[in-house]
Amino acid sequence: MARHWRTGAAGLAVLGLSLTACGGAKVGDTSSGSDNSSGSSAKCGTFNLAVNPWVGYEADAAVVAYVAQQKLGCTVNKKDLKEEIAWQGFGTGEVDAVLENWGHDDLKKKYITEQKTAVEAGQTGNKGIIGWYVPPWLAKAHPDILNYKNLNKYASKFKTSESGGKGQLLDGDPSYVTNDAALVKNLKLDFKVVYAGSETALIQAFRTAEKNKQWVIGYFYEPQWFLSEVALKKVSLPAYTTGCDAVASKIACDYPVYNLDKIVSAKFAKSGSPAYNLVKNFNWTNEDQNTVAKYIAQDKLSDDAAAKKWVDANQAKVDAWLK
Amino acid sequence: MTVAVEKPEPAQQVEDAVPELKGPRRKVTRPMMVGAILVVWLVLFAVLRGKQTLTLAAADLTGLHRWFNDLNDSVGANRNSNPLFLYFFNEIRLVIDNLVTFVQDLISQPSGDRPVPQIGWLGVVGIAGFVSWAVGNWRVALLAMAGFAFFGLQGLWQESMDTLALTLSAVLVALVFAIPLGVWAGLSDRFNRIITPFLDFMQTMPTFVYLAPLTLIFLIGPASAVIATVIYAAPPAIRITAHGIRNVPETTVEAADSMGSTRWQSLLKVLLPMAKRTVVMGVNQTIMAALAMVTIAALIDAPGLGKTVMQALQSLDVGTAFNAGLAIVIMAIVLDRVTTASSTRAEQARNSSGRFLKWRRPLLGSGAVVVVVLIYLSHTYLWAAQYPGEGTTGSHIANAADSVTTWAQDNLSGVTNAFRDAITNGLLNPFQSLLTDSPWWLVGAALIGIGVVVGGWRSGVTTAVCVGLLVGTGVWSDAMTTLASTVVATVIVMLFGIAFGVWMGRSTMVDRLLRPTLDAAQVMPPFVYLVPFLALFGATRFTAIVAAVVYAVPVAIKITADGVRAVPETTVEAATAAGCNTWQIITKVQLPMARSALTLATNQGLIYVLSMVVVGGLVGAGALGYDVVAGFSQSELYGKGLAAGLAIVLLGVMFDRITQAAARRTSA
Repeated sequence: MARHWRTGAAGLAVLGLSLTACGGAKVGDTSSGSDNSSGSSAKCGTFNLAVNPWVGYEADAAVVAYVAQQKLGCTVNKKDLKEEIAWQGFGTGEVDAVLENWGHDDLKKKYITEQKTAVEAGQTGNKGIIGWYVPPWLAKAHPDILNYKNLNKYASKFKTSESGGKGQLLDGDPSYVTNDAALVKNLKLDFKVVYAGSETALIQAFRTAEKNKQWVIGYFYEPQWFLSEVALKKVSLPAYTTGCDAVASKIACDYPVYNLDKIVSAKFAKSGSPAYNLVKNFNWTNEDQNTVAKYIAQDKLSDDAAAKKWVDANQAKVDAWLK
Repeated sequence: MTVAVEKPEPAQQVEDAVPELKGPRRKVTRPMMVGAILVVWLVLFAVLRGKQTLTLAAADLTGLHRWFNDLNDSVGANRNSNPLFLYFFNEIRLVIDNLVTFVQDLISQPSGDRPVPQIGWLGVVGIAGFVSWAVGNWRVALLAMAGFAFFGLQGLWQESMDTLALTLSAVLVALVFAIPLGVWAGLSDRFNRIITPFLDFMQTMPTFVYLAPLTLIFLIGPASAVIATVIYAAPPAIRITAHGIRNVPETTVEAADSMGSTRWQSLLKVLLPMAKRTVVMGVNQTIMAALAMVTIAALIDAPGLGKTVMQALQSLDVGTAFNAGLAIVIMAIVLDRVTTASSTRAEQARNSSGRFLKWRRPLLGSGAVVVVVLIYLSHTYLWAAQYPGEGTTGSHIANAADSVTTWAQDNLSGVTNAFRDAITNGLLNPFQSLLTDSPWWLVGAALIGIGVVVGGWRSGVTTAVCVGLLVGTGVWSDAMTTLASTVVATVIVMLFGIAFGVWMGRSTMVDRLLRPTLDAAQVMPPFVYLVPFLALFGATRFTAIVAAVVYAVPVAIKITADGVRAVPETTVEAATAAGCNTWQIITKVQLPMARSALTLATNQGLIYVLSMVVVGGLVGAGALGYDVVAGFSQSELYGKGLAAGLAIVLLGVMFDRITQAAARRTSA
């Protein structure tokens, strides 16, 4: 019986609530206020934007999506995808644009030259720098470490449980091609490449190293939000010259500076959508990206809030993209 | 693949030696034989070290890997013209996409011109409570309602509902296939034998390997996410359903036959109802497996909590990731308890008073009316549609998790580093060099020998085939590195498993206290605790081992505890009466009598450790895990990643067959 009473009481309470709560706002009453862009959305339609998994890209996507939504009235579908899967999406119509491409000549060959499903849409203005980095305390304590010629002198300090008696060169985000194994061999360095396996692992390694004054040298890149938390210092390798990286096993020079670029689907490029125009004109500096990336990663703003903050402060740049 | 056939010489000798030893002189025990194999191995290792180790550098490929690459490319290039795609895969995709979109419109995503889903939070909480009560009991109904309401407090209502929508759709699709296949496998030994290797494959093949091809076939979207989940989550339901059908007593089926029922009738009226309880447990396992896929599916844009975890991970935001991980844990615990309650409900209802049964129907009716009212409210009014509040509980949880991690990182890293170095240098490095620096045929022969001694002839043959195929994948050396870490991790898992399993098996109190923690460790996405582990142990193989231990220990503990509890009370009492102290009872009575449970625990512990190989690759384990991850990220390494995935499957099958044969032997 007790059970019956309990349920009955609950039912009555709910019924009572429903009768007295009639004054609450109804669904649909408020919807007109939030999207006022329905007028122009017919022109732009939907815009499928791939978001590759790193914060710098998230910053690009946040700003472009915000501008496309607010100024062009597009319906933006952001899709979280790894690079290769995003490029696959060009052919199937699931993805319209990739905003930050790091080299990836293999993908360009496959999707632009062979399958002809993608086309280039110009540079983002960001310069991608890849290389070997050390934590700032180490660069300060031993300034000569920033030249690769002195690395062997310190090799024993970089020993870890993983490096088999040699110094450890921490490699590792598997997303990018690294020449590090060849570099170590050809520059005759007493180091062993250890694969950390993810950007997370690299960042955490550098963060711990700076805090506990540990010896760490590893593969890293900029623009990257983490550099505004810990300003890693780049070790100079023999300068890059055109063609010095032609034969993978013989490489003994630094990585080239990548001019990060944008890729769009062939269909999207021909669609005449204002969003395509925006993607094509989108261009900013490493500093701009780092600012937005910092809003997202360290200040923990939402993508939209971070984008709004930057757009409001840089109206002139945004206007240039919309021409 | 000729290597599989040419069995190396030493293996032959070991195999020949075994029956001879087994027959006349019983005194030569199995551990002694394994020891002898190890001694021979060590001696030969000292002589032959570094020869024929089949190493392959990180960027190097074999012919097989290139062939996989070409295959993948040609699928991509012909996708739009192939009739198989136009009329088969595309149709499947449409059906599943529509199913998921339908559920999402109901509970998670704005639908049509509404800015909110059709059913708001109040309706969903009501439905969750009512369904849990109807299929289970009022206790799980309260748990379900509290759990669902908590998602809102965490500020993750929509994400949770997206995850729920995707999980429910995947489980539905999985069961549509799994239950008929399971029944078939239960009825036919032949079909069971055919399907078992496929199920092994589906469960141990790392998801990363087939994620990219799936999106090529089924496009980016819910369909790919659902199918990826189904591949991983359907096997438990098939296996457990088959097990349930098989365990229906022979006499009952015969009785039905003698009364003239057709095959169809005896299936529907006898077999299925009698196996119902087991089948529901299969459904339970499928739900758990589906939830384990939430974070990985986020890599192909599956909406929900997984995305929150992955995005937080990019900026190493442990707190946010933990908050979302906690929501996954709560969802798993609610769904687990509800399905478990539903599998035992019929019996409990029979045992309780008739009074209750009389009231049940009208009570259910009035409950249904209340739920309909709640759904109506949440459809119509904004306060019932959108979860009120800002989710401040969620940010409190995130902050707390952050401060705990920071404290641990600041205060424990000295201890943890010493511990890591001790294990790595003392155990892992020597063992790994034994495996990777021995000639491949020596390691292969030793593995086959151990397989024969521990598991018998048939598992020896399986081991030989697996060793041959492993050589064929071209990643032998990486496979041996992974094997070393896997074995070390499994040893640690079993140490914890036995210690805590005995403790839990001997005390119901401890069981009740530990079990929720174990459940949480099992379903919390590993990505959540990778960052603190990286801070404590660095990017090393040891970090990967710790992550694998956290994931695999709960299973080992639970199975061991069940085994200890299954030891007859009278035996323990007799031992107590004979004057045994607690330590003697454990070591001389309970553990020996739970031996087959221990073997099963080792089996499951190892399989669970293997399923973490890829996660290990993300935190510094290198080897097969890294190959798979790199194959997922770089198109020219795709084939190598696939080969590494196959190698993981082969290691899994090899150990599964050996330990299962050993378990059969010990229980016989």
